[in-house]
Formats: sequence, structure tokens, C-alpha cells
Amino acid sequence: MSILLNKKTSILVQGITGSEGLFHAQQMLDYGSNVVCGVTPGKGGQTATENNLPVFNSIEEAKKEFSIDATVIFVPPRFAANAILEAINQNIGLIVCISEGIPVRDMKKVKSALDNSSSTLIGPNCPGLITAEESKIGITPGFICKKGSIGILSRSGTLTYEAIDQIVNVGLGMTTAVGIGGDPIIGSSMIDILKHFADDEETKGVVMIGEIGGSMENEAAEWIKSNFNKPVVSFIAGQTAPKGKRMGHAGAIISEGSETADAKIKILKKCGVSVAKTVSEIGETMLKLIEE
Amino acid sequence: MKIHEFQAKELLSDYNVPIQRGHVVYSSNAIEKTIDKVQNEFNSDAVVVKAQIHAGGRGKGGGVKFCPSTESAIESANKILGMNLITHQTGEEGKVVNQILITEALDIEKEFYFALMFDRAKNADVFIVSTEGGVDIEEVAEQTPEKIVKAWVNNDTYPLDDAINTIINALSLNSFNDAFEIFKNIYNCYSNSDCNLLEINPLVITEDQKIIALDAKVDIDSNALFRQEKIAKFHDTFEEDPLELKASEYGLNYIKLDGNVGCMVNGAGLAMATMDIVKHHGGEPANFLDVGGAANVDTIKNGFKIILSDPNVKSVLINIFGGIVRCDRVANGVIQAVKELNLNVGVVVRLQGTNAKLAKQILDESDIELISAETIDEAAKKAVGLVS
Repeated sequence: MSILLNKKTSILVQGITGSEGLFHAQQMLDYGSNVVCGVTPGKGGQTATENNLPVFNSIEEAKKEFSIDATVIFVPPRFAANAILEAINQNIGLIVCISEGIPVRDMKKVKSALDNSSSTLIGPNCPGLITAEESKIGITPGFICKKGSIGILSRSGTLTYEAIDQIVNVGLGMTTAVGIGGDPIIGSSMIDILKHFADDEETKGVVMIGEIGGSMENEAAEWIKSNFNKPVVSFIAGQTAPKGKRMGHAGAIISEGSETADAKIKILKKCGVSVAKTVSEIGETMLKLIEE
Repeated sequence: MKIHEFQAKELLSDYNVPIQRGHVVYSSNAIEKTIDKVQNEFNSDAVVVKAQIHAGGRGKGGGVKFCPSTESAIESANKILGMNLITHQTGEEGKVVNQILITEALDIEKEFYFALMFDRAKNADVFIVSTEGGVDIEEVAEQTPEKIVKAWVNNDTYPLDDAINTIINALSLNSFNDAFEIFKNIYNCYSNSDCNLLEINPLVITEDQKIIALDAKVDIDSNALFRQEKIAKFHDTFEEDPLELKASEYGLNYIKLDGNVGCMVNGAGLAMATMDIVKHHGGEPANFLDVGGAANVDTIKNGFKIILSDPNVKSVLINIFGGIVRCDRVANGVIQAVKELNLNVGVVVRLQGTNAKLAKQILDESDIELISAETIDEAAKKAVGLVS
């Protein structure tokens, strides 16, 4: 078991003929992901990757020949919102957007379309998701993952890798890791992903990595307190970030008191979540919690 | 991207939002002529001279002066243009004023606070208004939160018209026939211009019963500049930290801080976590530097150049999680950069991910002095140890 993604999930790559899309489509195939085809407008009829996957002009065309469970978007930011909207219109169940730098106004439109659809969006500005030893959608390095019992969810890309690495190194292993993205508007919140982990029998505990900015961690903390029975270890990045400065992620701007790392850590602790003091203690903290 | 008050007012004016009118002066030669122009064009003997820098708190810092006469206007304009203005937002070093805005002076009856921004928790734009305008709004929010009214806008759940009616009621503007249209125009300006923030403090009612934007502060979504040709030209590089500007030219994300442990990391979250652990071990990070998910030889070399331009830096901590990028390549990049740049500070390197063991071997066997570490914890301790 896993969440959202397994080895059977059939995957389409939007932007498969671009350098990023092509490279990562191949990486995904090499990991064992069931990538079946790609889309690049105007490039229909070509093939891509060493596996000679067919390229279509649109998702609509691709759907005539393939059954598509999920799509991953590697499209330049100014076109990415339209790529997401196309996937929503075509009723793709799982949409993963890797692209970074989508204007907020475009994402407002996407969010509104998403609310009126049955699609799940992960990202944008995220590394995607990976189910250990089965399948990956996105750019997470596969070789660091080993099957086990811990689910991972994070707003930051390389911190997701760091958490996976530590969880594997302490011997626990992982089910699925989901990078939800660092932008102000993202498709799936921490609570959305926690709900999936709650239903997954194989997931015995969850690592939840947050950062300064927004209030998603606080809402997740309150939700965990009253709804989630598995152990949760959290880490919040940005404890030393100066106020008012933008630390790379468009989302990581401290604008109100409850958006600082200290405020979030306080609320998480109050709600019974174990908080790793430093980034290097994530794995050990989870190991202790599971052994208890 | 921040823009100046006069530029923000130009945007508002494009949407027929009434503003306090004026002209910009870039050189002292043009001061007298411009004051005369403002006095005649707007029929206002008294004028206001306003320093145009991106930081707030200009009034308290002496950068905004009401001038009742031509003589006082000339004196203030000459004093403010070119001055080094220090406010609570510029830092101790202050900011040189390269342009001033000379405006009409208005007789004001009431001052309001007005802002529009995006509220992530509600997934909607939010109008924030208060009858306590012209002052520090953070103080109002803390001491009298009931005096701040919020109204949300979202295509699906919160109609714009309802939000505008809410703020009109909150500010008791019901008798002003043009209030609805003005707020609608401000919203359109905010939305169509891809603003992250549009703040008018104060929005005023003049004695002759007109609604006017006396000031304007706008922050634009940098990701949308490709479709905002006019606004993109408003970019004032002089307002940016020179090192941060240089870093952005290299495609690096750098923010200068006050400590002495330079940090070079891939990914924003990991970069923040690395700064945190440096602090945890008693050190002070000199900077935030995200070299991007896919670090290579060039990004590392450029990263070194930026970090070492800060004379406070006494040691450098490199923390790269190589996912797609192989660590042995990163290690070779570090060695090459250190050799080319003749570093005279200690460098601690922690590489994790693909080929991490090979990378450590390459670092340990190289003929240059590098300190390698396996975990972030170890790396941070060593980097802090070098400066204490």
C-alpha cells in the first residue's frame, strides 16, 4: 500500500519534449514508473525518451489511445497554469506540477477550477511524489528511497530528500513522500495529504516538514490533534529568517505573528506533534517515537 | 518587485483612481521649474516634497515635508534630493534619495488606511481598511483590532460587490456616489497589474469631499513581469542590495545577513534549515544562499564569489543534497572554485546524495584544504568552530 501513487499508475508527461521534461521522463521510466506517453502542443506524432513514448498535441488526443491516471507538468511557468487547466478539463485524477514561478493570479484561476473538479493537484513548485521501490512522479532522486513504514510530506524540495535519507538511514524506510510545494497557492494542503496517510495501513508514522510563511502548519497541527492517531514528527525551517525577507520560496514570507517558525513550533507542540529541534534530528526523533 | 510611490500612483491613475497629483524631480536644476509647474497646474501654493525610496517610514526620517511657500519648497527639495535617508526600514546605512516627488497640498478632513493583498488561509484577495489612517497600521492592529475591517474577494465564494459595500460601510462613505467605482477601479488595478500588495496609507477625504489616494505602496509579483511591460520598466536596481542584485544576475537567490558563517545550499528550505542549525550551534549565518536544485560547477563558483564579497565572512559551509546532480561533480566544482579564487577562509563541505562517498574521497584526497563532513550537524559544528 501507499498513497496516491503505485507501480500501476499510468502517467502522462506534459512538456515531454523540453529538456527538463525529457530528462525526468527518462529518470521516471528508469525508476520503474509506468509513464505511457507525453504531450507537447505542435509536436504530436513524434516519439520521446529511449522507450520511444508517443507524443500527442493535447491530453484529449492522448486519452483516445491511453488510459491516463496521472500527469506531470514540466512546462515553462508562463504556460504552466494553462497546462494544469487542460488536465483539469480532461478529468485527470492526479496532476503534479513541477514548474516554478507561476504568477499568483494564474494560480487563483487554477484553484477555482480545481475546487469545481474531481482532480487532485500536487504543487506547483514542488519535487513531486515518490512511492518507494514502485514509482515516482517528478524529480525526487529514487536511489535514496527504501520501502518501509513512514510517510513524508514537505513544503520544500531538498528538505524532502534530506528527510527521506534520514528515515531510510535509521532503518524505518518509507511508504510515499509528497512534496506539496512552496508557493502561496498550492493544490494540496498538508491536511489533504495527512488524510491519505491516515487511510493507508502501511504508513505507521508521518514526517511533516514546514517552513515560515502562511498558516498551513498551524491548521494541520489542530487537525492532527483531533483526527490523526499516528505519530507525527515535524520540522519547521526558517527559525533564523529575518522578518520581512523573502527566502527563495515565494510562500516563505513572514507577514503575521502566527507565520513565524517559533509560533508554528509552539502550536505543533501544543497539539501533540513531536518537533525535531534541528534538521539533522528528524530521523532519530521518528525512530524514538516509533520504538515507544 | 517594489516600485516607487510616483510609479504606483501612475498605475492607479491609469485606472481612474484619484491621486494626489505631482511631478518627479531627478536633478536639482529642475527643482524651481517643477515647483512652479506643480503650483500652477494644480492651483496649490503650498506643496509637499516627498523622497522616493522603496523603504517605508519616510516621513519620520525627514524625507517628507509640507512646504507652505515657494521658498520653503525650494529649501526642502534641495535638502531631500540627494540626502541619505535613514528610516526604520532602510537599516543604519540609510538610502540615498535619487528622486523626489513634488505634489499639490490638500486640505484633509479624514484619513483612512487601505490595503489589498492575497489571504492564503482564505484563498481569496482581501481588502483591509481602517478609519485610523496615516499612522502605523501594525500598532492599530495590535491595540485596537476592532478598528480594522477585512472583506474578502474570490470568484466563487466572495463577490467583489459585497466586499466593496462592506468597506464603504466600515469607512462610512455611503454618501459618496463615486466611492463604489473608485474601490472597483483600485481592485482592477491591483488584479490586472499582478500586485502582491497595493497599500494606500492614507486614503483621504478632502475638505471639499473628494476621495483621494495620498500615498501608494505597491509590490508586484515578479513572476508576472513578463506580461507587465510598463511595470517591468519601473525596476529600480539602485534600490537593491548590490550583492543581491549580482546574485540574481547569476541566477542565485542570495540574502545578506549580519553573521560570519557563509552558507551555500541547494534548495530554499534546506538553506533555511542550514542557517538554523548554524545558529543552534552558536554561530551566526552571514547569508541565505540557494544555488538552486541542480547545483553545478558554475553555480558553485559564482556562489563563492558572492559569499566572499561580504568581508564579514570567516568560514563557508557548503551543504548540497545531490539528487539529480552527482556529488562527485559538485566536489570537483568546489575544488576548482577554491583553486581559482584563492580562498583564505576555511571551507566545510557536506555532500549527500548520489555518489556521496566518492565525493568525500575526492575532497579528502585533493591537495587543497577542505574540511569534509557527513551530516549537516557535523558540518555546522565545524563551520562554527572555524570562527570561534
